[in-house]
Amino acid sequence: MATTLKRIRIAFAGILALAVLVGLVVWPSGPDLKLFGMDKQLKIHEGLDLEGGSHLVYEADMSKVPKQERKDRLDGAVDVIDRRVNALGVSEPLVQANQSAGKYRVIVELPGVTDVEQASKIIGATVKMEFREQDPKAKPDPKNPLSGYAKDSNLTGADFKRANVGFNQQTGEPEINITFNGAGAKKFAAMTRRSVGKPIAILLDGAIISAPRVSQEISDGNAVITGGFQVQEAKDLALQLNAGALPVPVKQVEQRTVGPTLGQDSVQKSLAAGLIGLVLVAAFMILYYRLPGALAVLALLLYTGIMISLFKLIPVTLTLAGIAGFILSIGIAVDANILIFERMREELRDGRSLPTALEVGFSRAFTSIRDSNAASLLMSAVLYTFGSGTIRGFAVVLALGVIISLFSAITVSRTLMRLAVRTVLANKPALWDVVRTDGAAPEGGKRA
Amino acid sequence: MARRRKEGSVLRRLADYRKWWYALSLLLIVPGTISLVLFGLRLGIDFTGGSLIEIKAPAGIDADEVRDAFGDKYGDPVVQSTSAGTYQVRVKQLDPEQHNDLLASARKTLGPQAEELRFETVGPSISEELRNKAFLSVGLGSLLILLYIAYAFRNVPKPASSWRFGTTTIVTLLHDILFTLGAFSLLGYFTGMEVDATFVAALLTAVGYSVHDTIVVFDRIRENLIKRPGRRFVDTVNYSIAQTLVRSLNTSLTLILVLVAMYLFGGESLHAFVLALLLGTLIGTYSSIFNAAPLLVSWQLWAEKRSRQD
Repeated sequence: MATTLKRIRIAFAGILALAVLVGLVVWPSGPDLKLFGMDKQLKIHEGLDLEGGSHLVYEADMSKVPKQERKDRLDGAVDVIDRRVNALGVSEPLVQANQSAGKYRVIVELPGVTDVEQASKIIGATVKMEFREQDPKAKPDPKNPLSGYAKDSNLTGADFKRANVGFNQQTGEPEINITFNGAGAKKFAAMTRRSVGKPIAILLDGAIISAPRVSQEISDGNAVITGGFQVQEAKDLALQLNAGALPVPVKQVEQRTVGPTLGQDSVQKSLAAGLIGLVLVAAFMILYYRLPGALAVLALLLYTGIMISLFKLIPVTLTLAGIAGFILSIGIAVDANILIFERMREELRDGRSLPTALEVGFSRAFTSIRDSNAASLLMSAVLYTFGSGTIRGFAVVLALGVIISLFSAITVSRTLMRLAVRTVLANKPALWDVVRTDGAAPEGGKRA
Repeated sequence: MARRRKEGSVLRRLADYRKWWYALSLLLIVPGTISLVLFGLRLGIDFTGGSLIEIKAPAGIDADEVRDAFGDKYGDPVVQSTSAGTYQVRVKQLDPEQHNDLLASARKTLGPQAEELRFETVGPSISEELRNKAFLSVGLGSLLILLYIAYAFRNVPKPASSWRFGTTTIVTLLHDILFTLGAFSLLGYFTGMEVDATFVAALLTAVGYSVHDTIVVFDRIRENLIKRPGRRFVDTVNYSIAQTLVRSLNTSLTLILVLVAMYLFGGESLHAFVLALLLGTLIGTYSSIFNAAPLLVSWQLWAEKRSRQD
């Protein structure tokens, strides 16, 4: 018995330590985490439906792109859109590729941006990039700078990888390095071989933005444009090139914009509603289950703290549906406790002593808790797999809730109860509700 | 004391009254099913495609005036007032330019202070995908539950069988889905409430919860079949329901307390979602007590009768 008590005390100390940790993380002005060189900002990440902002989805038209190239093109489009979004100056934007059911999409999230007309024009602009060589047969027309070049070209934005600004090692002048992808490098090599000593025009949407002269054949796909640039000029040109080459045309297919007032209003109302619900549940638990109920409420508080800490630490982006999932998971956490308490009561009515009833109640209730929570986890997995955006957030929160509630009921509640049955509290039956005789008794009045 | 005993005795023989519960279930399901057949569900833009603008109009402007303000340049607008005093305007799919154009022309009538709270637009490829995923997730969810229960109850002793447990759970699950869909069909017809992608999530969660509830009862039946062999199946079921009744009601009560609080005090945009959860939880609690275990009894008796005839 002594060792058991020791174990319970160790478990209790562990729970206390956890509570302190959780308190530190949950505390609004708590310190940011600096561990093992990790620097993590501790805050709740709000989804766009709470914070206000725009969620945009673009679909890439891959009909003319061979299957094996599609993934690369999509990644290229994400890079380009990412650069365009950064040029907009939005704080904490998110740009990510999304492939589902044979569709290739780019998801863009712009926190705080509600007027997306401008942003959408820039993001989705299908700027066409081309590299054209001179056409010896064409008659140059001084009024039309394009007239000296070939009518079209097979070297386009799809072959372009990136441009960046560098500095010439001898002269110190700024220069622009252009990199082509594998296919582009071959085409560019052929073009430069034909054009030594002649200019190659770089066109965006049919207008020449630069026409550097080729000094030698470039076969490795890495070109350098030098030409007395100012630093700012070079940067602008690189930016134009980078942002210009969307490797595949995209079209906006979905937009969800929430104004900041609606989001904040919903957050406050829903959190207040959650709090009211929680208080009602706590009152019910204490009134109906007395001391065990009160201990379960303590465990529930810790559960809530752990969940909020996880939201901050993982971090989980909290959406309105996520808040609903969280509040729902409190219901599930309570359920595990109720299952155990009801089982305990039955054991008490069968005449077992308090500590025995506690242990037997916990172990008998366990299979029910395990099987029923497994079903909830299965549903979360289905929702996560097939859901998008908000539904995924809901599924993640629900799944986390189920797992943490198991810990809360099985470890935290049990330890608190084990400790309580070994104190003077155990001598007061009214606290444990042994006196009540309603509920089910075995049929025929006989005890099983 | 005598009255109490009688009351208790009904609660201890719930499965004996199963025909009444089946009748009650029919009564609950039939109106909604008729509505589903006649009116269908009122689908939101998630499933149909299109655009939705939620706008806060100045005081004293009603839905008709909002409809007039938006005009029919981008399809005939469908205007729905919300309980928060805002208006949701549905039109055909708008691109950002058309959106600003429409908003500007509406503000000419409504005044510049008419604030746009929310704008959503869903293209046809997205809505088609969301529709497919909704069916797939409900279908696959049900299948996984069937397999899981068949597995979890694999060691249930005769005369029961784990597949029977699984199938009964699925029947109860369909009962819950049909009721909730029917209720939303009626709500859609009479109040204009729409069904969107989050509704599917709410439906699946409520169903998951109902299964959760059913499993607790089934788990007891299994335990009692092992612990108390040789009794009539219906007695074991009655006994198991009675044993888990308080727990089922208390758990549902706590969940319903939370959901009602969220419905009454939570944000407007959560209303449909919370209502779906609430209805699903209520019907799930009912069906796991009054349908699931009694169905096992009916099946058992039917199987016994058939084997006697053979």
